[in-house]
Amino acid sequence: MTEQKNHESLGEAVPQILSVTTYQTVGPYFKIGLEALYRDDLTKPDIPGQVIEIAGTVFDADLTPVPDAVLELWQADSFGRYTDQPQKKPFEDSFGFGRVPTNEAGRFRVRTIKPGAVQAETSARQAPHILVSIFMRGLLYRLITRIYFSDEPGNADDPVLRSIEPRRRDSLLAKADPAQPHRYEWNVFLQGENETVFFDL
Amino acid sequence: MNVFDSPPTRPLYRNFQDGVLPPNFCPSYVSSVKRSPRQPLVPLPQTVSELTGPTFAPPENIQPVDLTKGPHGQALGERILVSGRVLDEDGRAVAGTFVEIWQANAAGRYLHARDQHDAPLDPNFIGCASLVTDTKGRFAFETIRPGEYPWRNHYNAWRPAHIHFSVFGPAFATRLITQMYFPGDPLLPFDPIFNSVRSQTARERLIALFDWETTVPEYALGYRFEIVLRGRQETPMENKP
Repeated sequence: MTEQKNHESLGEAVPQILSVTTYQTVGPYFKIGLEALYRDDLTKPDIPGQVIEIAGTVFDADLTPVPDAVLELWQADSFGRYTDQPQKKPFEDSFGFGRVPTNEAGRFRVRTIKPGAVQAETSARQAPHILVSIFMRGLLYRLITRIYFSDEPGNADDPVLRSIEPRRRDSLLAKADPAQPHRYEWNVFLQGENETVFFDL
Repeated sequence: MNVFDSPPTRPLYRNFQDGVLPPNFCPSYVSSVKRSPRQPLVPLPQTVSELTGPTFAPPENIQPVDLTKGPHGQALGERILVSGRVLDEDGRAVAGTFVEIWQANAAGRYLHARDQHDAPLDPNFIGCASLVTDTKGRFAFETIRPGEYPWRNHYNAWRPAHIHFSVFGPAFATRLITQMYFPGDPLLPFDPIFNSVRSQTARERLIALFDWETTVPEYALGYRFEIVLRGRQETPMENKP
C-alpha cells in the first residue's frame, strides 16, 4: 500500500464536496501559453450581423498604460444566442470567444459582430453586451466586467446596468465614435476616480 | 430570487467559500498594489451569458502531450509525468474542456523576451501545450520539472517551481487560471503569490502529489494534479443577495 493510496482512501471518506481549485496570477510570461489562442477578430463569413471594432487602453492606478494584460471576451451572436453546443475543433467552428493582449502602449483592439439583446427562455431581456475577463501580472484573481454600447436604447432597462450606481455605469459603456459609428472606444481603469465596475460572479 | 433567469433554466454555480479566492489587493505581492481595484465588486447574477462558454467534444481517451521533444532533441532537465482530472466540486468529470499549460525550463528561464534572468535557454524546450480533457475529464502530459527563479518582488525573492494552468470549464463562470506547485518545495512558505490564498485547504489543492502509480520505472516520476472547478447547486437557489 502506497502513501498515495492512503491519501485517496482518506479523501473518499471525508468530504462530500471537494475543495475547489483557486486562482493564481497569470504572471508576466503568459504569452508563451496563451498566444496560440489570441483571437482579435471574431467575425466569420457565415455569422451575420454588424461588424464593429472595439479598442481601448488598460490603465493602472497612476494612469500608466498596462502593457502586459490579456482580455478574454465572451458574447452572443447578433440574434442574442450563445454557441452552447460542444464543438469538434477547439475554437475553430464556434462563435463568441475572443482573446486579445494589450500592446506596449497598453492598447487592445478587437473586431467582432455586435451582439444582439440577450433573452433566455425565462429571463429578463438584457441589452447587448460582451463579458470580459481580465488577467495580468499583479492580479491574483481575474477581473470580470461587461462591455455595453453607448448607442443602445435598451441599456436603460438592462437589469445588470440598473443594479449599478448611476455614476459608475458609464465605465461599462463603449463609446461610439461620432465619425465612425461602428468603432467603439472602451477603456479600463483598474483603480482611481474612474475605476471600472468589476463584478463578483 | 434571481430575477434575471427565474426559474433558472440552467443550474447555477456555487459561490466560493471565504478565504478560497486570493484578494486582488495583496500588498505583499507588490505589483498588485497599483493594478487592483479599490471599489467593492458588484454582484453579478448568473445569467445565460455567464452560464455558457466555449465547450468541446471530448476525445475518447487522453491525448498524449509531450513538451520534452525539441527540434534538435530532448529538452534538458528532469523529465516528469503530470496527470490528473478536471472535476467539479461534486466529483463529476469535466469532459471536453480546454486546458493550456506553460512553464519555465529546467534552469528557471521562460522563453519570453521579458525574462532576463541569467539562466540558459534550452533550444529544445518551448514550455507550452494545450489539450482537451477526455470523456472522464482526464489529462496527462510529459514535461521537464521547471526550475525555481528569482523575481524582484522583495529582497532575495524566489518563485517556487510551478506550472501555469488555464482551464475553461463548462461556462464563463468556471474560467480558471492558476499555478501547480510541487510537494515539499522549500520556497512555498516564502511565496506571496501562493500565500495570498488564506485557506490552507485551498493552498494545498494547488500542490501536486507525487504519484507512485504513474511513475514509470527507469524513466520519470509521476505527479498527480486534480483541478476542481465550481460545482452546481443541487436546487435552484437564491443567487446573490
